Amino acid sequence: MSTVATPAPVPRRRRRRGTKLRRRQTRVAWLLLLPALATVAFVAIYPLGKTIYQSFTNQEFLAGITPTKWVGFDNYFGPTGVIHDTIFKNAIIETIKFTVITVTIEFALGLIIALVVNSHFKGRGLMRAVMLVPWAIPTVVAAKMWQWMLDDVYGVINDLGIRLHLISHPHAWISDPATSLAAVSAVDIWKTTPFVALLLLAGLQVIPGDLYEAASVDGANAFQQFLRITFPLLKPAILVTLIFRTLDALRVFDVFAVFFGNRPDTQTMAIYAQSTIVGDGHVGYGAAVSVAIFLIIGLFVIIYVTINRVTED
Amino acid sequence: MKHRPLPVAVGLAAAIALIASLSVAVAGTKSQGSTARTAASSYPAPKVPNAAAIKKKYGGQKITFVGDSVGNGHVRDLALAKRFTKDTGIKVSVVPHPAASDQAYSQLVRAFSQKSSSIDVAMIDVVWPGAFAPYLVNLKPALGAQSKIHSAGIVQADTVGGKLVAMPWFGDFGLLYYRTDLLKKYGYSAPPKTWSQLFSMAKKIQDGEQKTNSSFYGFVFQGNSYEGLTCNALEWIASAGGGTFVSGGKSTINNSKAATILDAMRAQIGKTTPRGVTSYQEDQTEHAFDDGNAAFARNWPYQYGIGATAGSKVKGKFSVAPLPHGAAGHSVATVGGWQLAVSKYSKHKNAAIEFVRYMTSKAVEKFDAITNSNVPTIPSLAKDKQVVKTNPYLKPATANTPRVARPARFLGTHYNEASKVIYQGINQILNGTSAKSELPSIQSKLNQILKQR
Repeated sequence: MSTVATPAPVPRRRRRRGTKLRRRQTRVAWLLLLPALATVAFVAIYPLGKTIYQSFTNQEFLAGITPTKWVGFDNYFGPTGVIHDTIFKNAIIETIKFTVITVTIEFALGLIIALVVNSHFKGRGLMRAVMLVPWAIPTVVAAKMWQWMLDDVYGVINDLGIRLHLISHPHAWISDPATSLAAVSAVDIWKTTPFVALLLLAGLQVIPGDLYEAASVDGANAFQQFLRITFPLLKPAILVTLIFRTLDALRVFDVFAVFFGNRPDTQTMAIYAQSTIVGDGHVGYGAAVSVAIFLIIGLFVIIYVTINRVTED
Repeated sequence: MKHRPLPVAVGLAAAIALIASLSVAVAGTKSQGSTARTAASSYPAPKVPNAAAIKKKYGGQKITFVGDSVGNGHVRDLALAKRFTKDTGIKVSVVPHPAASDQAYSQLVRAFSQKSSSIDVAMIDVVWPGAFAPYLVNLKPALGAQSKIHSAGIVQADTVGGKLVAMPWFGDFGLLYYRTDLLKKYGYSAPPKTWSQLFSMAKKIQDGEQKTNSSFYGFVFQGNSYEGLTCNALEWIASAGGGTFVSGGKSTINNSKAATILDAMRAQIGKTTPRGVTSYQEDQTEHAFDDGNAAFARNWPYQYGIGATAGSKVKGKFSVAPLPHGAAGHSVATVGGWQLAVSKYSKHKNAAIEFVRYMTSKAVEKFDAITNSNVPTIPSLAKDKQVVKTNPYLKPATANTPRVARPARFLGTHYNEASKVIYQGINQILNGTSAKSELPSIQSKLNQILKQR
């Protein structure tokens, strides 16, 4: 710290494309980006493009039985098109209900857990590890486990409920349409809340501690500190978490597949697309369903990004 | 250690979770081990005929067999594959297919549409040859002679456009299993003849037994939204005089007799059946009955062997009867059954054909009938004294029940889609919707599919 050189004021140069150096740099940049771009094109753009293309055909899985033809917008707007498909409509509603329920509760619980394990207490490291266990169990294994626990004849949940006099007789949580959405949501919340907490915890850890010290000196109470420091600085992490969870919940497949199989009233969008394509063999129509799902999920992303922009200004 | 870094926490959690999930898996195999009561040890897998010649030609080749997963089917497949490998030097890796047959269908659809050589031999349902024929090897040149010992009706179902695309392996038909000891205890001298008799007997026995066993229910069957429910519903509706779903190119399911029996079934859910029966498949049905938790069960013949082996809680306490019928009908049984087929995309077709030759031989079918209580597709075996002794359901009283077939031949490649419409609709009824409001939509969807053909 002996010599502090005052930086010479750099003259703001206009952006010029012309210089040789800049051109070379641009070339190198493209070259370096090429592998990444090629990968994205191969794993994202090509399949998406192909799905969109297939959605305009009547392709069948077991080809050779019906020759594939171009059918224009029939799969979307024809008499048996996506917009008239009541089963798909039901699947959309079911999926959105599931998404709203789980993301809301997971976020609320996850935030509380993150705040708790972010504070200093003995055994915090162990606590952080333990809280992640449900999330680290493979979904299908967890779903199978819960399926047994929720069973009406052999399940431990009913047994506990009766012993504790919470319920009078065993209930078929999964089979009864009145409780099936609640059952599947509970499992997802149990499993994914730790993940939400983890993302929020990472966000909390980058908030510098001296801000809180300064706030304490200024006499702000814990609630004010949360509202004025934690929440605004956590916002980017919150947004990322919500986007992650919402998109994940909208394309949910595994828990529903284990719990309900092909049951019609509890199908999610992803299960409907899968059973249309692989079960029924209607690749063309299933592709149209997939494109519709893509648009629905896209809509949610746009909503989130807009909210972010508006609140940032 | 002021700030324990997050990655450590994540790693630790992952390790705990891995151990937890492994212990779930171990617990799973353990319980399966105790319920998989196998009699295979007492009756060895038969020798492969002409093994030396086969070994010389195809020894060392590897084939994959996508086989059974229900009951002790996988244990049997492993025993037979082991014997085949020992005798011929052809290595067989046995992969069990998904237990729900519509999912097994989807698996094969994926493999065939990708022209995958990963499957050499597959077990296919009696309703699939029409859909898969273009992807299967014509077995007539190699196995035509052997097919002559099998039931002509099944061979005909496996013949598509003059080509023998699959070989009959074992048959299936629906049976009513009942607890002889409990019927006696509650003063019944014979199994129920009609569905309403079944319901009232189930109620009385359940009311009595639940006092000491809260897991006890009167009746269990396959109520899940899957292919098995199509088979069960066909029996209910046909036995009540409500037809067989499709007739004369049109769906007939929306009729008052069908509605009556379906509503009667709906009224039993959670009353004389567990509420969760609407998510039961074969295995859950078998477990409930063989654990002594049900008075009646509808299942396929394979359950007989499991119930009759040493580890079973109902050994010597149960018997079989034709399924009950409705007021206006007579007893029927849905035809099931499995065939073996060789994929057109197999790299070792000849070795695969030799495996099918062995698996569908008289000696192997006898082995399967005796160790696994499956129905032989060879008529002379179904009369064999030793076979009938271990499988009393082969006696005329149950074996001669009129069969009803799922409408596969009217639907061809669309069968799976149509069956989905049926089982999803019926599952909705069992879950609480009235038959009257559900049947018209099932019927119109079926007619739409029938029109696509």
